[in-house]
Amino acid sequence: MTDEPKGPSTAPEGAGAEEDEAARARREALEKAQAAKAAAEAAKPPWERDAATPEWSDAAGDPLVAALAEEHPGALEQARRFAGDLVLDLSLDGLRAVVTSLKEHHDYTLLVDICGADYPEREPRFDVVYHLRRVADAAVVRLHVKTDEATEVPSLTPVFRGANWPEREVYDMFGVHFADHPDMTRILMWEGFNGHPLRKDFPVEGVDTGSAIYPEFYEKGEGPVEKAGTGWLVKEEEGDG
Amino acid sequence: MIDEPKITTEPDRLFSSEEEEMELNFGPQHPSTHGVLRLKLRVDGERVVECYPIIGYLHRGTEKLFELHPFFQNVPHTDRMDYVAAATNNLAYVGAVEKLVGLTVPPRARYIRTILSELQRISSHLVWLATHAIDIGAMTPFFYCFREREMILDLFEQYCGARLTLNCMRPGGQPYDLPVGWVDRCREFVALFPGRVDEYEELLTENRIWKRRTVGVGVLPPEVALDYGVTGPMLRASGVAMDLRKDAPYEAYDEVDFEIAVRENGDTYDRYLVRVEEMRQANRIVAQCLDRLPEGPIMAKRPRVLKAPQNSEAYFAIEGPKGELGFYLVGDGTPQPWRCHVRPPSFMNLQSLPELAEGHLIADLVALIGTTDIVLGEVDR
Repeated sequence: MTDEPKGPSTAPEGAGAEEDEAARARREALEKAQAAKAAAEAAKPPWERDAATPEWSDAAGDPLVAALAEEHPGALEQARRFAGDLVLDLSLDGLRAVVTSLKEHHDYTLLVDICGADYPEREPRFDVVYHLRRVADAAVVRLHVKTDEATEVPSLTPVFRGANWPEREVYDMFGVHFADHPDMTRILMWEGFNGHPLRKDFPVEGVDTGSAIYPEFYEKGEGPVEKAGTGWLVKEEEGDG
Repeated sequence: MIDEPKITTEPDRLFSSEEEEMELNFGPQHPSTHGVLRLKLRVDGERVVECYPIIGYLHRGTEKLFELHPFFQNVPHTDRMDYVAAATNNLAYVGAVEKLVGLTVPPRARYIRTILSELQRISSHLVWLATHAIDIGAMTPFFYCFREREMILDLFEQYCGARLTLNCMRPGGQPYDLPVGWVDRCREFVALFPGRVDEYEELLTENRIWKRRTVGVGVLPPEVALDYGVTGPMLRASGVAMDLRKDAPYEAYDEVDFEIAVRENGDTYDRYLVRVEEMRQANRIVAQCLDRLPEGPIMAKRPRVLKAPQNSEAYFAIEGPKGELGFYLVGDGTPQPWRCHVRPPSFMNLQSLPELAEGHLIADLVALIGTTDIVLGEVDR
């Protein structure tokens, strides 16, 4: 509200100064009201206030981040914090070294979880997200690596045996491949399923039950047909006989 | 006293055949797999040489569905994952949403949530004990456990109208206050329950058959447990005292007094003892929460349509009845989550089953599936 409105018609100078005075008075009153409102808001218990939206902050000063940056220069691309969670963005090459170091030197001995996320607008489109937990104080660190369909992510199975199933799930749901994984097969969908369901371009209603997922049964673009009058889907339409 | 029966304790001579190994399919339609778990076994006589779990028979694409619905409407989806412990699923999800958007829950709602999730823990452990005992061959604990579980389900029904798929929490607080008389009915249960746990223990804890079937079966050393990402009672039975209710308290857990049940041996018997002790501790927590239940609002100030901040993400985990149950949410500024990943404890715990089972008899495998306490709805999602 500090800028004077610049209309095409210029008012006399005296009148402008007067308006300025009035505007300042208005602004001061407004600021006063806002301050009073903020004070009233702050006096309320937190659950009656507006949601305190968390924001990203830089976490380069964190002792863990400093130690990791020293041990593995180049692996750590960014360290940030959101809603209390420490998030480290890693390069693909540095992933296994950083996880090994977290496990062996920083007591993050529990691999909580591995999951994927798809950002089709972005290049490369996939995130693989790791959560590690320190048993002594339950602190969690989250690791992000970026990858695409063609780039293999180093598997963590040599470091944590528990990485086996979550990595298979990421492969199943997103089609991200893991290098050196002992058993890179689908886990929740069946072998032979065509597609990766959690990709954003996979339709929520699923693909039809025909050639898209049973390529060995149906010709391309074909699928089961409805048996006349029954609503059942059968492989081929049969005659009345 | 009857003398110990004189049988050979060299199982190799008893159960192993000189012939070649055989492949055996165990499940998915088998009552002792607690749902639709399929195990591909390679057996040498009665002995399991290799065990390869095959899962996914109950996969319903829940994580995809989460991306479709607004934050408020996703709570019922969580009920259907671990369907014997819906309240804790609700809690983990709403906790993650609250962390993502920065909502603070009023104290009364925090206490109600704590009460509900501890009752849920008891009821989940009761289902586990009942089915585990029946797997091993003890019929009576099933009836005893389901008798008390019925009382808990009645309490849930009086609170929210549902018995299994509770849908009893919302981001920001609780949908309903406790109905008139509920606290008293809950107190009745709390007063009665420790005696009932004594009854189960009378049936099982010193029972010679029970001990023969469980002591030393499926030993999970602590470092192996951590290596596999095993959490919850299974980890604590191996001697690692990790419990998120103590280590990273949420809701009202930092205001109540309870102990973490820990055992050292990491076998099936110790996992039984840990869970029984957890039921007692959960009962203590409920009693304390009922005594200290604060007055006041049950819902935080929240917008009608909850939008996650642009480019936001949060991971929130609770100590579910089966282990660490976490939700990883990614927000993109719309009312729906861009990505919602569940960290199911059963999934990670089941992963250690081959490690537990190999070398044991097929009959023990049934006990081991029971002791991992899996719910396939959560494994497959």
